[in-house]
Amino acid sequence: MTQAQLQESANPAQSEEHGVRKWRDYFSFNTDHKVIGIQYLVTTFIFYCIGGVLADLVRTELRTPETDFVSPEVYNSLFTLHATIMIFLWIVPAGAGFANYLIPLMIGAKDMAFPRLNAVAFWMIPPAGLLLISSLLVGDAPDAGWTSYPPLSLVTGQVGEAIWIMSVLLLGTSSILGAINFLVTIWKMRIPGMTVYQMPLFCWAMIATSAITLLSTPVLAGALVLLGFDLLAGTTFFNPTGGGDPIVYQHMFWFYSHPAVYIMILPFFGLISEILPVHARKPVFGYQAIAYSSLAISFLGLIVWAHHMFTSGIPGWLRMFFMITTMIIAVPTGIKVFSWVATVWGGKLRLNSAMLFAMGFVGTFVIGGISGVMLAAVPFDIHVHDTYFVVAHLHYVLFGGSVLGIFAGYYHWFPKITGRMLNEFWGKVHFALTIVGLNLTFLPMHKLGMMGMNRRIAVYDPKFETINFICTMGSYLLAVSTFPFIINAIWSWMYGSKAGNNPWQALTLEWMTTSPPAIENFDKLPVLATGPYDYGMSNADDEEVEVPLSDEREPALAAGPNSALRADPDPKFAANPEDRK
Amino acid sequence: MNIPSSIWTLIVGIAVTIISLWYGQNHGLLPTAASDEAELVDGLFNAMLTISTGLFLIVEGALIYSAVRFRRRPGDDSDGPPIFGNIPLEILWTAIPAILVIGIAIYSFDVYNSIGGFNPHGVHEAPIGEQAVRMPGAAIAATLSDTPPNTDSNLNQQKSDAAMQDPATAKVRNADQIPQRQNAPGVGVVSPSIGASPDQEGTSPALTINVTGLQYAWIFTYPDTGITSGELHVPVGREVQISMTANDVIHAFWVPELRLKQDAIPGRQSEIRFTPRTVGEYKLICAELCGPYHGAMNTQFVIETPEAFEQWQQEQIANTDSQQLVAVNSADLSPAEFLAPYISDLEIQPEMLHQIHHTHH
Repeated sequence: MTQAQLQESANPAQSEEHGVRKWRDYFSFNTDHKVIGIQYLVTTFIFYCIGGVLADLVRTELRTPETDFVSPEVYNSLFTLHATIMIFLWIVPAGAGFANYLIPLMIGAKDMAFPRLNAVAFWMIPPAGLLLISSLLVGDAPDAGWTSYPPLSLVTGQVGEAIWIMSVLLLGTSSILGAINFLVTIWKMRIPGMTVYQMPLFCWAMIATSAITLLSTPVLAGALVLLGFDLLAGTTFFNPTGGGDPIVYQHMFWFYSHPAVYIMILPFFGLISEILPVHARKPVFGYQAIAYSSLAISFLGLIVWAHHMFTSGIPGWLRMFFMITTMIIAVPTGIKVFSWVATVWGGKLRLNSAMLFAMGFVGTFVIGGISGVMLAAVPFDIHVHDTYFVVAHLHYVLFGGSVLGIFAGYYHWFPKITGRMLNEFWGKVHFALTIVGLNLTFLPMHKLGMMGMNRRIAVYDPKFETINFICTMGSYLLAVSTFPFIINAIWSWMYGSKAGNNPWQALTLEWMTTSPPAIENFDKLPVLATGPYDYGMSNADDEEVEVPLSDEREPALAAGPNSALRADPDPKFAANPEDRK
Repeated sequence: MNIPSSIWTLIVGIAVTIISLWYGQNHGLLPTAASDEAELVDGLFNAMLTISTGLFLIVEGALIYSAVRFRRRPGDDSDGPPIFGNIPLEILWTAIPAILVIGIAIYSFDVYNSIGGFNPHGVHEAPIGEQAVRMPGAAIAATLSDTPPNTDSNLNQQKSDAAMQDPATAKVRNADQIPQRQNAPGVGVVSPSIGASPDQEGTSPALTINVTGLQYAWIFTYPDTGITSGELHVPVGREVQISMTANDVIHAFWVPELRLKQDAIPGRQSEIRFTPRTVGEYKLICAELCGPYHGAMNTQFVIETPEAFEQWQQEQIANTDSQQLVAVNSADLSPAEFLAPYISDLEIQPEMLHQIHHTHH
């Protein structure tokens, strides 16, 4: 028997389908984590499309050096809304969507710890999003950038800025409520046989993410409330004309908004750590190392915020402190990247759409990680701060990283969520168009920034026209790349071939129930007959693979099942006799 | 012929090293370096790019090689080898990046010091006032009259006052409307600076220029000569100090060829010092979003020979005398006057504007 069969036979899923959801449930205040998860995932994808349209409008303006498409005021609103939507209405809540759907299933729970709070957290998002977009109809959309630095944000349109503050406050609150729920659920609701060292890496990633959310989002809320007072009540917390300090806002803003980068990437690190081993048919390399590196990133992420302020108002020694802490983040991130490469290395890769997106994630995220270390170096950052180099970097991290991670997640869990398979051919078309489009759009931006093109401008030096034209064409390709996915997803949801319970022969518990899972997930408590990543245990003797520096006799040096880094099965139920210690 | 894998590793390693070293020097990604400081920054970037290229090639190479070499063969539904990880390997790829980033950090630190990032040494120079030493609890015992007035020097105020001594600067700045930030005692320097490079420490710069940012223009005033200009001209080879602040919102002074950028912040006086080396005309760009016309807020930055600079100064002085530059405060100008320089920048003919008026009527 293969590992997947062992795990499945220990956890027989009920045969008959029962408790099928009606379509109306998905539009209601429902407390089922799976309904809420789908609500999050679909809502955020709609906002992604809106944000994408805004991005293409920005790129259309930048096709030529002159302002010939929209007015400069509208241009500023476009990039402000693009960033706000992509961050607060797409990537952050998309992570929450996966967490909602997957965490209870992965740890064998019936639902989240606080189902009503969960529904409240979701239902704050659509009104906040509509509020933000309504600013376009009011004719006074926020246009001070998503960073909304005072004093500029205090002297642009008052209504638009107030709407922006309200909307982000609501979204931040939703994010905090979600984070509490994830932490408590992971901590208290695991099946009895699952210690933290046996839970899937996505759960580790969500612990790290939720900790950041809880610690830093309230600071953003504080900053925004004070900014709102400055804007509407005439206080001068941040307004230099009245003796306020605009740099204090920058500190408070980045105290959230840099950790927010990790809120936006850690969940997808988690997804990738799930997807790669399943399709490589090989255990994740260094389970515990990846788990701890998530925590390390979470902690270090809290003490690097002022690297966004190297050219504003901080003294030299503080610049050095934040430079060093920022660079050190490269170390735990490097552990993850190398561990993923080692996971893939020597496996039997099923190069389907989910796997392609996951490997694409590793490949493009690395570019963003490298440019991140460069940006941490103060003397170089002073040159490229607020230029297209930064735009390139952040899109490699957030598009090449987070968005590819989201797509990998869609392809991987679509069969579980809908019970049907996505079309592989169109999935691969989607992947090819996305990878080409994203590199065409964002790779040339590195050069633009270093050569002297600053960001957030509607007019630019004509010498940059050719490169900008390439970027714009790339962004159109990205827009086109979304259509195969949308059509594929809708068509497959209705007519795709039936998936079965465990189409990927995966070992984590969400695959040990029906697809889609029944209303309370499992008939009886699932058990860990195998560890979450025990692929290939059955054919341990077939092939010997040499791992440098390894010694199978010592757990500290072993590379095989004996390794100290492995996530073990539950000794009470372990399929492999050697694991029943 | 069967070549052992260790030989392959060696060959790949050498190839990656050679490509990285070559690309680190021949990337063509940076514009002219027009100052001593810029050369140092470029050296740092080249070193980082060399390491990055190597890392990039290794990771991408491993991914692509895996996708080809380790792809599932048709009909093979079995699992791969059960390899769970290896602590020595994890330590190896924790230690190597850690050493690399520490190396980069030390190199950056050195470059930052060489371009004058730690000068003046705010940490040592800012006096810790009596008030700061006082514990909060002591205030309970003290009566109000015991508390001495705060006599700590306000560095920003001093710098602002000094700049306002120059009549030309006083005309373009609104220092009376914006209170200057007080430095916190000890290390709490609030106004950032790139000071003199260590070899020029203690000397005063050859030329000081006051820069004022406002929506949407830079105004340069030369206290030595009383010149007010919309372009920044500096002579080659002499150390220049830029003292900047902003009148309305945050702007940022950026000359890509100098690799220097500094925010100009209302209520703070920021300073940068550099020595221009390469004669030429460059762009001076506002790099911090300052409103809808942010993209148009840039001007000429000219490094010229001392003779040309002298001549330019004479022309400016002559201009100033003849025109009696009245007010640069944009609020006092009629729209036509205010827009005149921009219109000429945009190469719009007066006739065109005239036509636009007609269509509106």
